[in-house]
Amino acid sequence: MRAPFSSLFAGRPRRAPAALALFVAAMAAMPLVAGDYLLSVLILVLFAAYLAQAWNIMMGFAGLLSIGHALYIGIGAYASAALFVHYGTSPWIGMLAGVTIAALAGAAIGALSFRFKVGGVYFALLTIAFAEFTRILADHFGWIGASSGLFLPVANRATSDVWHLRGAPVMFYYLLLAAVLALLALGRLLLGRRIGYYWQAIREDEEAAKALGIDVFRCKLAAVTLSAGLTAVAGVFHAFYYNNLYPETIFAIGRSVELMLPAIIGGLGTLFGPILGAFLLTGLSEALTNATADWGIDGLKQLLYGLVLAIVVVLRPDGIWPWIAARLGLGAAPHPPASRVPPSARERSEGALPQGQP
Amino acid sequence: MTARPLLAVDGIAKRFRGLRAVDGVGFDVPQGGIVALIGPNGAGKTTVFNLIAGVYRPDAGRIFLDGADITGLRPDQICKAGIARTFQIVRPFGGLSVLDNVVVGALRQTADLAAARRAALAILERLGLAAKAAQPAHALTLPERKRLETARALATRPKLLLLDEVMAGLRPVEIDGMVAVLTALCRETGLTILLTEHVMRAVMALSHKIVVLHHGQKICEGPPAIVARDPQVLRSYLGSVGRHGGGVAVPC
Ligand SMILES: Nc1ncnc2c1ncn2[C@@H]1O[C@H](COP(=O)(O)OP(=O)(O)OP(=O)(O)O)[C@@H](O)[C@H]1O
Ligand SMILES: [Mg+2]
Repeated sequence: MRAPFSSLFAGRPRRAPAALALFVAAMAAMPLVAGDYLLSVLILVLFAAYLAQAWNIMMGFAGLLSIGHALYIGIGAYASAALFVHYGTSPWIGMLAGVTIAALAGAAIGALSFRFKVGGVYFALLTIAFAEFTRILADHFGWIGASSGLFLPVANRATSDVWHLRGAPVMFYYLLLAAVLALLALGRLLLGRRIGYYWQAIREDEEAAKALGIDVFRCKLAAVTLSAGLTAVAGVFHAFYYNNLYPETIFAIGRSVELMLPAIIGGLGTLFGPILGAFLLTGLSEALTNATADWGIDGLKQLLYGLVLAIVVVLRPDGIWPWIAARLGLGAAPHPPASRVPPSARERSEGALPQGQP
Repeated sequence: MTARPLLAVDGIAKRFRGLRAVDGVGFDVPQGGIVALIGPNGAGKTTVFNLIAGVYRPDAGRIFLDGADITGLRPDQICKAGIARTFQIVRPFGGLSVLDNVVVGALRQTADLAAARRAALAILERLGLAAKAAQPAHALTLPERKRLETARALATRPKLLLLDEVMAGLRPVEIDGMVAVLTALCRETGLTILLTEHVMRAVMALSHKIVVLHHGQKICEGPPAIVARDPQVLRSYLGSVGRHGGGVAVPC
């Protein structure tokens, strides 16, 4: 009885909470020492971390590939910004609207797909289609500025008005840090509950999940709805941090793809992977930008960035976090998805069995 | 024995593009009993399981659990109604630990994770998998995976357990162990079992009744001793030896 139980919690030794506390303290103290440039990079890191965490709920936990998450960023951004521009509504109220609309959009896309058994790549294609469709709609929607963009009055950087999200970058830094930590806590909570187990079961084998009484449709719907709503929150911060919105950039496929990368590089389905991935990828991107700027070769940065991604994916297909966590003795975060056993091997061993003796 | 059978299958049929995989099969599974569904490869046993478990909707016929019509329900609804099944071609949650695989099943009965863990561990203990609880399921051997299938299904605390060839690949001692576990479970918890098995050693030891399928049709039904001597049964098995390269068992 004891042995399996204790070894189960070996993945969560006393070191892990200490490491987390250290990380939180370091991040909280960062603005005291960081200059403007470093702070702006860290804000990019936090945006990336938050988005990857929100996306990870779908792909990492439940195995649902969305390549259209820019849709939910855009909905959050436009809903809050338009309400602010037209009525002076607080972005926190706007966030409520944006999150609700995004969650409903996610639920609608999910319901449509799962009802008609659209899965895997076809589901991914559908998410792209909806994001693109919305981009084209937004291009012609005058109330939100259509293709010429929507602009927020430039912020007074001296004082911070949190209620209206007008203020210095450091305010956004702390809000985003709080959001990232909140998602970390939420992720941990979800994975320790029935829904978290059910998502992972669905991710691993949908038919087996059904046979255990799991209502796959409802669980998937919950994942999409939650992930979409949470993603919209980042859209609100995006709108009020950058102060301008264009349909072709906010709803871009490129953005949808980019936001997945930290989770993939860091470790799908893990709690800290998306955060680690955000640090690594944002850092890499900045470093390459600075380095290649001097050489003046077009596209060199993208080439090198892609090369590094490819190498990481080949060397650490489960992501970097499970590997680092094991090395630091923090234990791998809950459960990396997808068994690496090729199904062909499974079938072969099945077929090789003697079919019974009298 | 109660008057009403726990499971009543009535004239169910399923075709796959013209092939009559199951062709008007009917039988009862009494409350607390162990019934074996046997037949040569391709006889339609797994298809019968899939029809009961809601994977396919029967083209004809009805299925009753405890007198309630469950024909055409979804697999998850069937499980909630009290029928759990294993897959002949195992489907473990490969990336999850062995314990978590079973916890997923146990969460059917309770939302309390600690309670689900305890229940899951007790079942693993019973099936001799407790030592592997922390391992990822994909690291198990095939016979272990079959036991995991059984453990996971049992964890949902079903009234009726459908076991599809869970003893394939087990050594004779292991088969006897499994037989002992299953009989004990039925005795202690009132569990009812419907199983398919090519391992006749297990079928003869376990079952109160045997139903024989051949080409999708029921050719014989009765207590093991009678069925094992039925000439039609013997012929169907012997006949199939040539076709399937001797890959099937001969009863008794
Ligand atoms: N999904 C399917 N599509 C098409 N044909 C199928 C399908 N499932 C089963 N069959 C066919 O139906 C017949 C019955 O198959 P089934 O798997 O039920 O046999 P079985 O008695 O379980 O055999 P075994 O002892 O080999 O497990 C076979 O001819 C099989 O090829
Ligand atoms: Mg079969």
